[in-house]
Amino acid sequence: MPEKIEKSTLLSMYKNMKLTRRFDDVTIDLMNQGEIPGPLHPSIGMEAIGVGLGTAMIDGDFICATHRTLSAQITRGAEIKHILAEFMGRVDGYMSGKGGSMHISGGLDKGMFSIDSVVGSRAGFGTGIALALKLSKKNNVVVAGYGDGGANQGPVHEAMNMAAIWSLPILYFCENNQYAATTSVKYSSKIENLSQRAAAYGFSGETIDAMNVMTVYNAAKKAIDKIRSGGGPHLIECKAYRYRGHWSGEELQTYIKYRDKDEIALWKSKDPLLTFSKELTETYGCTQAELQAVDKEVEDIMDEAVEFARNSNFPEPEEALRGMYASPYPNIPHKGWID
Amino acid sequence: MREIRYLKAVSEALNQEMEKDSSVLVIGEDVRKSARGITIGFVDKFGPDRVIDTPISEQGLHEVAIGTAMMGYRPVIEYQISEFIFFAFDQLVDQAQKFHYLSGGRVKVPITVLVPASGAIGATSGQHSDHAYPYVMHGGMKVVMPSSPYDAKGLLISAIRDDDPVVVFLPEFLMAGKGDVPEEHYTIPLGAGEIKNPGSDVTVVATGHLVPVAIKVAKEYEKEGLSVEVIDPRTLLPLDTDMIKKSANKTGRVAIIDDSNRTCGFAAEVSAIIAEECFENLKKPVIRITRADVPVPFSPPMEKYMLPNEAKLRHAIKKLI
Repeated sequence: MPEKIEKSTLLSMYKNMKLTRRFDDVTIDLMNQGEIPGPLHPSIGMEAIGVGLGTAMIDGDFICATHRTLSAQITRGAEIKHILAEFMGRVDGYMSGKGGSMHISGGLDKGMFSIDSVVGSRAGFGTGIALALKLSKKNNVVVAGYGDGGANQGPVHEAMNMAAIWSLPILYFCENNQYAATTSVKYSSKIENLSQRAAAYGFSGETIDAMNVMTVYNAAKKAIDKIRSGGGPHLIECKAYRYRGHWSGEELQTYIKYRDKDEIALWKSKDPLLTFSKELTETYGCTQAELQAVDKEVEDIMDEAVEFARNSNFPEPEEALRGMYASPYPNIPHKGWID
Repeated sequence: MREIRYLKAVSEALNQEMEKDSSVLVIGEDVRKSARGITIGFVDKFGPDRVIDTPISEQGLHEVAIGTAMMGYRPVIEYQISEFIFFAFDQLVDQAQKFHYLSGGRVKVPITVLVPASGAIGATSGQHSDHAYPYVMHGGMKVVMPSSPYDAKGLLISAIRDDDPVVVFLPEFLMAGKGDVPEEHYTIPLGAGEIKNPGSDVTVVATGHLVPVAIKVAKEYEKEGLSVEVIDPRTLLPLDTDMIKKSANKTGRVAIIDDSNRTCGFAAEVSAIIAEECFENLKKPVIRITRADVPVPFSPPMEKYMLPNEAKLRHAIKKLI
């Protein structure tokens, strides 16, 4: 049986899910209005994954989230206004406008290492961070993710094998949203559950319904407790679904068809936000008024973030040549032209 | 001062850094038993937590090392074969090198990649013989290639101290060579070349194991009354362009001998810098002596034919005068 959970925790889980969804909705609008320069990778439908995982973590733990687990970073304390400023290429963004939406870590001091956009790589970095934690004898864990696409990258397997032989404190999560861009997981993997692969490395794995945030939270909590007490790596395959295309432009590529309306409708009927708000009122004794108050708070945070990001300056163009090296030298990097 | 081998100088630098700083780790394949001879006795001295053998996982081990580096460790990744750099191209150029920049300066990735016995070591054929420094330099990675035991120790310590990824190539043909090396800890800054043979008529820019080759040729020409200046940049990026330009402006005749491929190679870059910035003082076109743009073939006559060598340098100098 899951442990008793505080109402305030439940409400903040709801808030973080709602905030993630609103963030996706608002950024899609801002992109369509030309205010966000790059492509987006919305996670609508998948909010339960990062919120469940992030809620089960404690301070000092590390999250290596994917491009579609912004929810985890929001849950771990990343501020929406600095995320949005980064999406808009402004100086107040978390990466000072150099990373954009695909390289965003909401507070490295808060244990968020997600600056990379190479599919699957966070499993590797997460394993390195877990090795560092073990070497420095810290009692913290790493939560590192990859998708059903990244699951088939070589370095993911290499990293999981190393984590196993060194018994590292790491929880891998596989965000199986059924498609790697347009390629179905049924095509890319022969096995029914990607968590079966954990057995090949010699640690435990499980597959869960990640449309339900409490399922994610309970599984993550149990796994993290076990890992923290020296149990070695564990893999949770989070089965979920993304409602939108792989990237923001996909829906404009109208010739691309890889899933039908019925399938989308079926998954939407299990919507994580609807499910959870129902659970909150029916099972956990929250009131509609309490949820509405959170909804209002979310709107206020978004409004404030949009205003903040719009008022933040673009970086000076010359900033492009700065910050290449942590140990700088006078004649590098080279400028590509002459004055 | 005592004389020690190049390999020993490398080992001593790493040993002293590990003594001084407990955040320095060695990560690689067969480093505990020291297949390459750099880490002999290290596991007994520093323990298995700091001398870490990995499975044959050449991409994964880089990502793991990068992860520890982002956490404040200073991992030294030791290669068994020069070619690992191709496996790890993404991890080095697309990840480690970019994180400091892309994070707006918030992340440091102080990894050092040690490439012992680099280059064509003789009859090891196409996949054990590359000298792939231009690939990583193109992506902005710092590259060091010491040509003497003294330089090897001082430069490796600087590479480990550097807060960015640095790749250190240790050419096979230098590994057994001896030279004077102080026992104490010292550093040679990156980006500072050295004039290995002063001269006034012709400039030769040489790297790695081709530095002693160039010095030998210079000494020979000296007997014929020609004064050849040999410049060893020591670090290819950052590059001591001031030293190179000063010499080129003085002599007006420049040959660059470089053990990488010709197209987009290191010699091409140096040649372009001289052409753009020293044109008025050049008396002859700059000459590059590089590998031919083919994989290294197995059979010794073919291998010898496609690599840069002493005779080719001598011929180039003749063309310049």
